[in-house]
Amino acid sequence: MKVFMLGWEFPPFISGGLGTACYGLTKAMSKLGLEITFVLPRAIRNESLSSHINLRTPADIKASQTEWEIQKEIKNIKFKTIDSPLKPYDTAETYSSEIEELIRSKQRMSGFVSEENNDVNGHYSGDMYTEVHRYASAAVKLALQENFDVIHAHDWMTYSAGIAVAAVSGKPLVIHVHSTEFDRSGEHVNQMIYNFERAGMHAADKIIAVSYLTKNIIVSRYGISGDKVEVVYNGIEKNGNGLSLGRVELDNDEKIVLFLGRITMQKGPEYFLGAAKKVLEVMDNVRFVMAGSGDMMKRTIELAAQLGIGSKVLFTGFLRGEDVRKVYERADLYVMPSVSEPFGIAPLEALNNDVPVLISKQSGVSEVLTHVLKADFWDVNEMANKIVAVLKYPPLQMTLREHGNYEVRKLKWEDAAEKCRQVYLQVVEQAVCV
Amino acid sequence: MPSVCFYFQVHQPFRLRHYTVFDKDHRYFDIFKNKSICQKVANKCYLPANRAILDLIKKHEGRFRVAYSITGVLLEQLMEYAPEVMSTFDALARTGCVEFIAETYYHSLSFLYSRGEFRDQIFKHMDTIETLFGQRPRVFRNTELIYSNDLAAEIESMGIFDGVITEGADKILCGRSPNFLYKSPRGGKIKILLKNYALSDDIAFRFSNRGWNEWPLMAEKFSKWVNRVNGNGYVVNLFMDYETFGEHQWADTGIFEFLRQLPDEILRHPDNNFKTPSEAIASYPATDTVDVPSLISWADTERDVSAWLGNAMQSNALHEIYRMEQTIKKTGDKTLLSDWRKLQTSDHFYYMCTKWFSDGDVHKYFNPYDSPYDSYINFMNIIGNIEKRCGKKPAKSRTKTTETDKILN
Repeated sequence: MKVFMLGWEFPPFISGGLGTACYGLTKAMSKLGLEITFVLPRAIRNESLSSHINLRTPADIKASQTEWEIQKEIKNIKFKTIDSPLKPYDTAETYSSEIEELIRSKQRMSGFVSEENNDVNGHYSGDMYTEVHRYASAAVKLALQENFDVIHAHDWMTYSAGIAVAAVSGKPLVIHVHSTEFDRSGEHVNQMIYNFERAGMHAADKIIAVSYLTKNIIVSRYGISGDKVEVVYNGIEKNGNGLSLGRVELDNDEKIVLFLGRITMQKGPEYFLGAAKKVLEVMDNVRFVMAGSGDMMKRTIELAAQLGIGSKVLFTGFLRGEDVRKVYERADLYVMPSVSEPFGIAPLEALNNDVPVLISKQSGVSEVLTHVLKADFWDVNEMANKIVAVLKYPPLQMTLREHGNYEVRKLKWEDAAEKCRQVYLQVVEQAVCV
Repeated sequence: MPSVCFYFQVHQPFRLRHYTVFDKDHRYFDIFKNKSICQKVANKCYLPANRAILDLIKKHEGRFRVAYSITGVLLEQLMEYAPEVMSTFDALARTGCVEFIAETYYHSLSFLYSRGEFRDQIFKHMDTIETLFGQRPRVFRNTELIYSNDLAAEIESMGIFDGVITEGADKILCGRSPNFLYKSPRGGKIKILLKNYALSDDIAFRFSNRGWNEWPLMAEKFSKWVNRVNGNGYVVNLFMDYETFGEHQWADTGIFEFLRQLPDEILRHPDNNFKTPSEAIASYPATDTVDVPSLISWADTERDVSAWLGNAMQSNALHEIYRMEQTIKKTGDKTLLSDWRKLQTSDHFYYMCTKWFSDGDVHKYFNPYDSPYDSYINFMNIIGNIEKRCGKKPAKSRTKTTETDKILN
């Protein structure tokens, strides 16, 4: 079976869990023998194109598409990119500044504003709405050159492309909901994004949700019938060190409590700090590390200062690769106080790195994990109670680590891929019947 | 001539309230929850079952006999929250057909950690039973039927018991029948009564299971199974939680009808009768010894103590609570002693068990916690507070401050 997959991000160009999920899922799918063409929007701002991967840089900067080969371990997958500054976690406001930055960088790159580059504004539309449509039309052009049986679109920016490709190809459309506007923005939804999401969900032949939490939102907020939505939990790559291997014992007895994720409203950074404040009331040899960046970073730093715990909270900025591993090695507890987390791959990675986790009950991943601590995100008192317990009672940390590490190994991308394949078979069969 | 020996375990713990590290008061128990559970179980089980058994004893003019082991922690709750249950137990005691069995007052695991505390709790329980029901127990059962050769020796050395009750586990019987009486290989006079778990569990666990090929279980069918023992055993020991009647098996499963019909059906065979544990011990000789070098219990398929001692949290919590014994006792503070002892109830450690947690098992029954980790955290927070009450606060905080200061500066 051939899959035309529309994505947002893919390692190493990631800013959140979606890229990780697409990587794990497609890798497992290729093992099942599924052939995948993966379409990716990518801004061609050169500073971000560092040499992480073997990438065929487009010779012609105006070309709207390019192919490159990546990660030889993944067979059966072709990558196609579409020039676009779309980023998964952008808001409409950050998009416009992103565009300006992009144009500036292109001018810097070429050193002068040539005739050729004068129409640069023609390439990049000034607002997200038209950009999504531009991405869709590029995807349609790509699709016309490809053979496939099913279309699989990841999250809202690719839904329009998915609908368009389905319309021209007549192939069934599966959309994969990793996150909804209600998770990202609470009740203050962006109507445009909501409309894209709603249209995608209604046009789809089948919807894959990453948790029952997300399925419930899809059903209650988007007017979708429950039988159209399948829940497929994410998995985790087996790259853990195994129990306690490589953990460093530090000389001092300072404990580390870790927040690792985007510092945005969705992730609940202020609740992390609220709990930190409470913890520091009863113990003082603790350091709270906030690894990540996001639009609430400045406010969060200010809040830490306001609470009078500035010296106990360390902001590291966005971490990747080796730095992530190092921070896990030092951490005594990983906390994910998300306000609304459709799934949450990060706690699985923490467990994989032998770090016990405390997650909010408002997360999809709490549906699959039992050997973790859970609290309501707003209940900073309870969160603090549990943080103190982990730091104070070594047998708790030990038991959580032992069982958690074992439990997380049962969450396999292979199972997720197989479930997706079942969904494909279903929609393809339905399409034939019609 | 098989005798049928019924013994019912009657127990509810003092469940703990949600107690965080920030709490400073000494109220550890969830009064509202304990009261409502106690009253709910009283209405669904204790009252209707006691009345049914009282009627049966009257109807059969003393030929129907049963035994109870009621924990001290439940008696305290019943007296306060459901006194009407106490009067029905009193009525049962006065029939002369009911035996009360001794156990540790706090339904504790003290045998494993402190023999002194173990004996204290047994005496406290026996005194309570004697005061309330006018009889001094002669047979002992340990919490969750936890047993070993050592336990038999300990009970023997107390010199006040004729027998001890435990599980008829396959691994100790090695193909022999649980329907005989046994002795410990270390000698002594006490006899061992073993639970016939197959027939007991037919009632306690399988009764309402529609997937079971013997469903529905009728008193007549069950009596036939008992009659088969005739000629190959003295006594069929049916030991189970009293909550089987009306709570584990709801009234609409027909469990009370089964109970009401059972004595008729059993007594239909002229060779059959009912005996209490003491009567069985007086009537029959021990036929063999049963060697139990390591601990057994009536829990789960493992029939061991892993439900209470299976992980690091459980052994830590148990170690911590018994470590405080002398400190607590030295204070002479009666409330403190009672609080500390209520924390020894085995249920608190059972809630910390992680072995079946992932499967969402039946063990969650009346479990007040979402997870074993929550249970451990709560328990340890309370232990921390109790320790402070003893006036023995670990005064490390000052030194730690300086260390941290050094690191930070």
